[in-house]
Amino acid sequence: MSASFLFLLVLLIGFGAYLMARARAIAASQGRSASLHSLPGYHGAYVAIWTILPATLVLIVWSLVGPQMIDREARLSLPTEVLQQGAAPVELAMGQVRAVARGLPLLTDTERAALEAGTLDVRATLATKGVALAGDTQPYMIKSAQKLNALSGTSTIAMTAVVLALSVAGALWSLRSISQRFRARNRVERVILAALVVASSIAILTTVGIVGSMLSEALRFFQSVSPTSFFFGTVWDPRFAAAGSTGSSGQFGLLPLLAGTLYIAFVAMLFAVPVGLFAAIYMSEYASRPVRSIAKPLLEILAGIPTIVYGFFALVTVGPFLRDISAELNGLVTGNYTNFIQAQSVLTAGIVMGIMLIPFVSSLSDDIITQVPRSLRDGSLGLGATRSETIKRVVLPAALPGIVGALLLTASRAVGETMIVVLAAGVAARMQLNPFEPMTTVTVKIVNQLTGDLEFTSPQTLVAFALGITLFTITLCLNIYALYIVRKYREQYE
Amino acid sequence: MNMMTEAAVEKALDQKMTAAPYKMIGKDVSVYYGEKRALFDVNLNIRENTVTALIGPSGCGKSTFLRTLNRMNDTIDHCRVTGKITLDTDDIYDPQIDVVELRARVGMVFQKPNPFPKTIWENVAYGPKIHGLARSKADLDVIVEQSLQKAGLFNEVKDRLHEAGTGLSGGQQQRLCIARAIAVSPEVILMDEPCSALDPIATAKVEELIHELRANFTIVIVTHSMQQAARVSQRTAMFHLGHLVEENDTDKMFTNPDDQRTQDYIMGRFG
Repeated sequence: MSASFLFLLVLLIGFGAYLMARARAIAASQGRSASLHSLPGYHGAYVAIWTILPATLVLIVWSLVGPQMIDREARLSLPTEVLQQGAAPVELAMGQVRAVARGLPLLTDTERAALEAGTLDVRATLATKGVALAGDTQPYMIKSAQKLNALSGTSTIAMTAVVLALSVAGALWSLRSISQRFRARNRVERVILAALVVASSIAILTTVGIVGSMLSEALRFFQSVSPTSFFFGTVWDPRFAAAGSTGSSGQFGLLPLLAGTLYIAFVAMLFAVPVGLFAAIYMSEYASRPVRSIAKPLLEILAGIPTIVYGFFALVTVGPFLRDISAELNGLVTGNYTNFIQAQSVLTAGIVMGIMLIPFVSSLSDDIITQVPRSLRDGSLGLGATRSETIKRVVLPAALPGIVGALLLTASRAVGETMIVVLAAGVAARMQLNPFEPMTTVTVKIVNQLTGDLEFTSPQTLVAFALGITLFTITLCLNIYALYIVRKYREQYE
Repeated sequence: MNMMTEAAVEKALDQKMTAAPYKMIGKDVSVYYGEKRALFDVNLNIRENTVTALIGPSGCGKSTFLRTLNRMNDTIDHCRVTGKITLDTDDIYDPQIDVVELRARVGMVFQKPNPFPKTIWENVAYGPKIHGLARSKADLDVIVEQSLQKAGLFNEVKDRLHEAGTGLSGGQQQRLCIARAIAVSPEVILMDEPCSALDPIATAKVEELIHELRANFTIVIVTHSMQQAARVSQRTAMFHLGHLVEENDTDKMFTNPDDQRTQDYIMGRFG
């Protein structure tokens, strides 16, 4: 019986137990439903939980651990001369064994008899059944495969028996405790709490796991490249070497990438902050309700556009436009029609990323400005201040900490943005200050280093993890600082 | 010298005030919030250097009327005012009038103390700064000190003028807001339940302050407390369901009102 069918069966038993428990609770109330401590549904849920949860847990653990243990048994059954050959041949043999084991149940009776007699061409026969073998089988493989099948058969039967028994036992045991004053409601509450805790731990543990794996891979990278030459190196030149050759070592200088990242993010913020902030002020302070109800969702549509779309918008429209207009300008002024803005440049990437960030700035700032109490506005207006004086001198100062926090969050998005810069910023890792020339960013280089056929142990690949963890640290610091500022000023103003 | 008691002097002063000329005249004032009508043809005049109390049950339109006097209703969407209100001789709903200037002449103190999240000094200097009333920081210092003196707050805060105004107690905050309003030298000060968020001691201080301010300003105060109206005002206007029920000398209002509804409200039969 397969695990999923078994699970379905457990669910069915659970449903039956739920109905039984409900009926029992109703019977226990003796017609006065208010005399029950918990509603009948809670009694039902309590029993259903006891029926389903332990059995399902055992089912999951068994399905995960069982095959591994069987595999280990089968491996031990291999002849000693194979086992002594080392890890790789054993793994090869086990692969064969597993394939044969999958194929054995498909054989017909005559074929099986031939197999027993040792006359069957196992490889050819199984190939006709759709099971491909890597090589010819040895007799010991057939034996191990048979053992594997026998073991998994026993395991499945045992699992079915244990899970069903546990399910029924859970149902019977919990059904016994149902009575008028039984606090099923509180018990169910505890299970819900546990489920919520488990859900949040999964999220947190995943984060920890990702950071941990990035850290360990980055440490492997730092074993071959020294941290000083990574963090303070000014040249990015990861030469790709043939697999296994040790002679070529590239240069992995972070600084050109970091400079490009920060430069492009800066240009983007230069563009997004004034536009976004003014849009937010208009939306929250001036726009009438009908205008606001149309304009605000329109503005927020910008936030829903996938960044790859912005990327090719930059590549196909903005970049060539800047290039052409610069050529025209140059021609008008000097008569020499060469463009001084490259199609892929810091400016292109910055502008397009700025457009992408506008809705973030405006939407976050709008929320914060709207939160400034009306009484402060009234106080200022009541003193004869104009609307813009009120905004400049009262509303914005009061909202400033929140706005700064919003801007820092936006900046951390700008630093981590990938698709736009991949398409619009270029790949040349250079340290320079001309915004019309291409530069590249940390994210672009991560993409570059991880695409293509590469072995996962070379520094050329592992550097992506070092870059990743650097980027992560930067955005984490920005976020923490944003939260710190928001909190600090909030205390001051409340 | 005639041995007049203090109360008698007060009384004489009140009588004189009752006969004071009109500072603001409201004629057929109606207010609509969208479709809903909140005020019905109110005719109410505000006398100079007098405290006029607006009383009435919740939702009777007294705060709405107060806000028409410096056009704070303009800041509410869908709010429409008809009728005519004059300040001295100026029609304040004349399209030619500058609302900003009007609000400098008719200041306002709100129900909840609303100091800006700035220092005490900056709170008071805010109005004079935006209206250009001071040429130098020294001038501003003088205005700030005088305003705080008039609001009876200077001695309590003189050592911490440059600390946050939001750090003061509720009563002090409200007096700071009054100082802030005084600092732009308005002619009329509107107070919208200025004591409703304060404890009794702070309330007493603010009421005392209102008494003193009467010499220099015309004051209109909305209050829920009948006792407060009786204590601080010389004229009282009673609103009910958007109508002005009665307007009279405060003494007469609380002893022998002309209208049965005023009588009932003051006796606590509704409200």
